[in-house]
Amino acid sequence: METNEKERDILELKNISKSFDGKKVLDDLSLSIGKNEFITLLGPSGCGKSTTLRIIGGFVRPDAGSVWFDGKDITDLAAEKRNVNTVFQKYSLFPHMNVEENIAFGLKLKKKSKSYIQDKIKYALKLVNLEGYEKRNTTALSGGQQQRIAIARAIVNEPEILLLDEPLGALDLKLRHDMQQELIRIKKEVGITFVYVTHDQEEALTMSDRIVVMNRGIIQQMGTSKSIYDEPQNAFVADFIGESNIIDGIMLRDRVVEILGVKIPCVDEGFGERETVDVVIRPEDLEIKPVECGFFSGQVISVLFKGAYYEIKVRTDGYEWVSQSVNAPEVGSQVGLYVVPDNIQIMHKPKSEDAEIIKE
Amino acid sequence: MVSLKRVFMKCYLALILLFLYAPILVLVVLSFNDSRSRVKWGGFTLQWYGSLFSNRQIMEALKTTLILGFGSAAAATVIGTLGALGIEAMRRRSYRVVMSVTNIPILNADIVTGIALMLWFVRFMPLGFGSVMIAHITFNIPYVILSVMPKLKSLNISIYEAARDLGAGSVYAFFHIVLPQAGSGILAGFFMALTMSMDDFVITYFTKGAGVNTLSTMIYGEIRKGIKPQMYALSTLLFAVIFVILLLFNILSGKGKSTDDIVERSR
Amino acid sequence: MKRKYLATPYIIWVVGFTLLPLITIGISAFTRDNGTFTWSNILAISEPINRQALFFSLAIALGCTLICILLAYPAALFLKSFRFKRKGFTIFLLVLPMWMNFILRILAWQMILSKNGILNFLLGKLGIAPLSISNTWGALMIGMVYDFLPYMILPVFNAISDIDEDTIEAARDLGAGSMAVFRKIIFPLSMPGMLSGVVMVFVPAMTSFVIADILGGGKVQLIGNIIEQEFMKSMDWHLGAGLSISLMLLVLISLAFTMQNDMEDRGTTIW
Repeated sequence: METNEKERDILELKNISKSFDGKKVLDDLSLSIGKNEFITLLGPSGCGKSTTLRIIGGFVRPDAGSVWFDGKDITDLAAEKRNVNTVFQKYSLFPHMNVEENIAFGLKLKKKSKSYIQDKIKYALKLVNLEGYEKRNTTALSGGQQQRIAIARAIVNEPEILLLDEPLGALDLKLRHDMQQELIRIKKEVGITFVYVTHDQEEALTMSDRIVVMNRGIIQQMGTSKSIYDEPQNAFVADFIGESNIIDGIMLRDRVVEILGVKIPCVDEGFGERETVDVVIRPEDLEIKPVECGFFSGQVISVLFKGAYYEIKVRTDGYEWVSQSVNAPEVGSQVGLYVVPDNIQIMHKPKSEDAEIIKE
Repeated sequence: MVSLKRVFMKCYLALILLFLYAPILVLVVLSFNDSRSRVKWGGFTLQWYGSLFSNRQIMEALKTTLILGFGSAAAATVIGTLGALGIEAMRRRSYRVVMSVTNIPILNADIVTGIALMLWFVRFMPLGFGSVMIAHITFNIPYVILSVMPKLKSLNISIYEAARDLGAGSVYAFFHIVLPQAGSGILAGFFMALTMSMDDFVITYFTKGAGVNTLSTMIYGEIRKGIKPQMYALSTLLFAVIFVILLLFNILSGKGKSTDDIVERSR
Repeated sequence: MKRKYLATPYIIWVVGFTLLPLITIGISAFTRDNGTFTWSNILAISEPINRQALFFSLAIALGCTLICILLAYPAALFLKSFRFKRKGFTIFLLVLPMWMNFILRILAWQMILSKNGILNFLLGKLGIAPLSISNTWGALMIGMVYDFLPYMILPVFNAISDIDEDTIEAARDLGAGSMAVFRKIIFPLSMPGMLSGVVMVFVPAMTSFVIADILGGGKVQLIGNIIEQEFMKSMDWHLGAGLSISLMLLVLISLAFTMQNDMEDRGTTIW
């Protein structure tokens, strides 16, 4: 996905903090969301992404900080008065109403005319590919269909921002992929801001204009899918975005790092002399070579066919590496591991707190 | 504003609780009242508790009530649990028919159930302890079925069939597969049945014949001549025992729950 | 052996002690002592004294059900809004009074409400003139509401606390204020609970005779009292059976009426 030019910020979170039962969930979080942007809050469970979403929706009041919408402070505005709608993880359709009544709910409260409501329902059902479902009972629908109705129910209110709280989490893999494409299409058609919450990095990478990686109530990194994947700013992000080999290293000088006692060329500069760092190598960048051609040598302990490639685990003295390759070496054979300098990322060690998380 | 609303809500709930507990308070106070009058406070005494156990009539009625309660609850639990297991395996149509019939004793008025049973019993057996027991089992079974059935539906009954398939006898499969999973429902059913049986007056009244008395029918018979103060003492004792049992049960089962809550919230 | 045969003892029991007794009472209702067929036991319900008792019973039961709804609904709503973490404890508090013998509890109300009773004693302390509600319809109604209130609170509370918090949030998200949330979400979703509460209150209230016996001071004759007397005093079992069948039919019709609405409601949402 390419970054859309941000027209202007529609929503701004300023220095938000929130604790539940004395446990800090959000710590001085600030975030601007541009108009018409597809922004994804990504992080493990408990990272504060859902709480952030609920603060935007108006269901949680921040302990400190403020929420600005279109230049107005809406921190104290009740959820029902915000021009923001949510698609909930468990769909939360009203069980006592049929599809049509569910979609009409918000419009009826706004006292829209009957014909307006009918038109909107038609339009929304068409948008989510469920034409003719008006009179169906919601509990008889499949998970994917329920989620589409939940989207339709939110969209008809013409919110300026649509909040999506892990909307695909309860669907199976195939359906999830289809729905991702659907969401991108719907986003294009209605042209409003999407704030999307997920713990699924692949989902975030496919759909978003911009990704906000969160952990422990703190934003770890913000940027486009590409920049986050290619240049993770710390080991947490590297670890969370895709599988990685993360290993301790010592920066000997600019462009030379020592890993497991081997000096390896890299392209990073400006670290302190003999600074301990995290070295991140993506599995697809770790090449399997004959023993004499690698930096390290080790024994292949498993080879798994993953469809488009093999996932190979190699145990060397002191680390177990993951590599992806289209060729499969023999299990038990000795191989060499090689990586081109460009594909090595060197990162400062995180603060102690985050280090724990990564180890978990 | 908000706090005022909460104060109002708390007061309302307190009044409802007062309404529900006022008569119980009165009865407990009466059990310590050193006066046979029901409205005068004659000082504190434990004499009704002391003479309670030597009152043969009351002890007889208590014995009947307890045997009826535990006996009918146990029988209803066995028949009802087996029934629920069987009904759950039935086809949709027979399932619906049987479940509607199961609801009859619960939905039907006590007085009609009592009279119907009485008219039926007198055709082939004398009214007495036996007829009351059958009557109690009859109105207890539906409560057992209704508390076991949801558990059976939620547990994976195919495990039972898998166990049978692997060569387990039905008795073995029941004790090792069904009981551990549906146990709480069965226990709740038993307890519900016990409660209903001990609290019943109307059905017992019509099916008991002469000579058999439960605490309820005995009290009813004494309304005109005046209730023996020992009866207040006995009721207070029974109430206290149940209170302690339920409270312990609640605290014990609550412990597991509250940690669930924490997990739920931290999610 | 197939699993469904485990229900055999239960099926035998149901036929023997639920269905056959109902058939017996039906036969009794439609026969005389000599076994010949008659409508007179059934038609006896239209005799003035019975008709009046039936009317009183209906009025009392409807009133009692209504008062129970009015008292129970806010209670259930408030309990929910306190977000009691321990649902079990609430139920415990409501069920516990049932473990004191119910006739004794009704007798206690007699003592509370009587002329020299506890209520008037307390009112006297506050300088308020004594009330004379003992042996009146008022006393009867208090006793009935007291006895049946938990049966209304429990199902309503269960229904309300089963409403998913997400559903309420979804409604607020779509612009519903607290009144709209109540009207459009909480109330309709609590209807099934309320209906089962209505059944559990209305049926026993309609057919009870003990409470009227104690708190009505013998002045109030409900249909339950008349049936009881036919069996225990007049010993006219056929007449008693006839009145019982009439009463049962009336209750069934009332219930069918309530359930009908329920079914229609669901009907539109199911199909």
